[in-house]
Amino acid sequence: MKLSDRLFGVVVILGALAYTAGAFQIQASFMSDPVGSKTFPLMLAGVAAICGLNFVFRPDDDPAWPGRMTLGNIVVAVLVMVAYAHALKPLGFLIPTAVCAAILSFQISPRPLPAAITGLGLSIGLFLIFKYALGLGLQPLPKAWLG
Amino acid sequence: MELLSNLALGFSVALTPFTLFLAVAGCFLGTIIGALPGLGPSNGVAILIPLAFSLGLDATSALVLMTAVYYGAMYGGRISSILLNIPGDEPALMTTLDGYPMAKAGRAGDALVLSGFASFFGALFATIGLMLLAPLLSRIAYQFGPSEYFALYLLAFSTLGGIASRNQAKAALASCIGLGIAMIGLDNQTGMPRFTGGNLHLMDGVDFLVAIVGLFAVAEVFVFIESHGRESSIGVKLGKVTLPVRDLTKGIGTMLRSSVIGFIAGVLPGAGASLGSFLAYMGEKNVQGKKGGFGTGVPKGVMAPEAGNNAAAGGALVPMLTLGVPGSGTTAVLLALLLTLNITPGPTLFTDRPDVVWGLIASLLIANFVLLAMNVPMVKMFVHILSVPAWVLLPGVMMISFVGIYSLSGSYFDLLLMIFFGIVGWIFRKLDVPTVPIILGILLGNHMEDALRRAMILSDGDWRFLFGFRWHSSSGGYEFYSAIPSSLLVLAVAGFVAPIFLRRVIKRPQAVSD
Repeated sequence: MKLSDRLFGVVVILGALAYTAGAFQIQASFMSDPVGSKTFPLMLAGVAAICGLNFVFRPDDDPAWPGRMTLGNIVVAVLVMVAYAHALKPLGFLIPTAVCAAILSFQISPRPLPAAITGLGLSIGLFLIFKYALGLGLQPLPKAWLG
Repeated sequence: MELLSNLALGFSVALTPFTLFLAVAGCFLGTIIGALPGLGPSNGVAILIPLAFSLGLDATSALVLMTAVYYGAMYGGRISSILLNIPGDEPALMTTLDGYPMAKAGRAGDALVLSGFASFFGALFATIGLMLLAPLLSRIAYQFGPSEYFALYLLAFSTLGGIASRNQAKAALASCIGLGIAMIGLDNQTGMPRFTGGNLHLMDGVDFLVAIVGLFAVAEVFVFIESHGRESSIGVKLGKVTLPVRDLTKGIGTMLRSSVIGFIAGVLPGAGASLGSFLAYMGEKNVQGKKGGFGTGVPKGVMAPEAGNNAAAGGALVPMLTLGVPGSGTTAVLLALLLTLNITPGPTLFTDRPDVVWGLIASLLIANFVLLAMNVPMVKMFVHILSVPAWVLLPGVMMISFVGIYSLSGSYFDLLLMIFFGIVGWIFRKLDVPTVPIILGILLGNHMEDALRRAMILSDGDWRFLFGFRWHSSSGGYEFYSAIPSSLLVLAVAGFVAPIFLRRVIKRPQAVSD
């Protein structure tokens, strides 16, 4: 089966079309030059579309995709990261970092105790390095707790 | 004697205690980054850049720190190649071929010492080469106009594609994606927004640091989750470290040949250290013939790729500094650093900011000796660091990436974008779509488009200008004003097409991400 590349090719072609549509949305300016703002993006979209066609008609062999379990793990990792990005500002550095690092560690090697220690250690260790060695203005804990 | 006075200027910058400290710290960090599997040079430099900013380093200091990390990573990669049979970074791949068999035969110490000396030899050779070649090249590049630059960018993308992937179309697509991302934001020439979809965060475009950290560091975390850290196996024990003088003296010819090959491979735009070590190993294998026993654990088999790797790493700095076109992934990241520091590499750098260029060169010379000391007598220290397990290392890398990007922009939008790039990087790695051209595209996209548009303004929209032809109104015909653009374009086409045929002849290195 060479489905991955064919599918990828279709996505690339659709992307190139969307990009082309986006290029036509660019508004003209009172300043102009012979090439303009659209030409180069349109050239790129053209080349990308040709590449996409190439994948559809001359696909490579499928890579080894991970099983459902691993895929689930990666989805969890992504969700944890997204949550971390949102939590960093309101909750401060220490707590989200400890939780996020512990979960990621658990996913690479599923043993709860070492993972928890890793999370805690990384959180405190990195905070000390960032705050005192590098002088970053990180907030350790939620603002409300600090009064 | 201009060279000597320039060097004197360089050493006056490099020998200040703080710069010296940065060079030593960079070498130390770099060796660790290189030695740890999963944390390559481009990765390591990328996650350290935001931190360098928050330290408030000036241009010279930041550049000295980062290039010391870069050189250090190139040295460090061999440690895990030899001891664990896992390349610490991609260029060290070839070192596993003879390094690991040597280690299994109980000569791990010899392999480390010999490859350390070979790294030193190659890096020193390349630094001297950089010193001699870069000013010459910058003098030539001084005369480059927009059409020359446009052709040069095209050359960089097409040659990079040739070695970065098995499939030329995938490499070309990666370049297009990178260039396409660079178009996002306000148009340099007209000031109109492009591809922002009305999102205010995208007005300034996509920050290349976000893309770099996402595509390299975050993607690496996914790869490790997938493999459950299985790749971090336990290797051979390291015994006593002594200096094998006989092997070293016998290998001088090998180191010299490999350094020359590596340096040339590094200077070519788009190639880089992986290609350097690959070509050096294959070349030396041919020189030694069957009697050389390459692949069975011979000293010359670890010296050749390491000399080639480090010579290429230095060589890759030449086009980056003189033309503003990086010769490899990591130099692309270094270029990102320079651009963010408001320094535009290119021929004018040598005349406008001699303190930066020569300070850098002097620091590299110093860094080489520091690295030799760290990597030969003190190599055991790094071997201990290698025992950090993946389940501590990867979350650590992840958290440093987040804090680095967060401290740079303070917006969670950039963090989300970074995660997105991480997912894309992981999928692309599965599909064998190289990520280095994407980075190069994001970095150079606006410069490439500007070159094209300025060329068209000069010629009033005549496309023949790009090939070196100019309309001559008094004679009423075209004149051939320069052979450089068309020769570069011919090279670009050749560089793109040649690998398709050559691939049947030589096996390429597995992946290029240095």
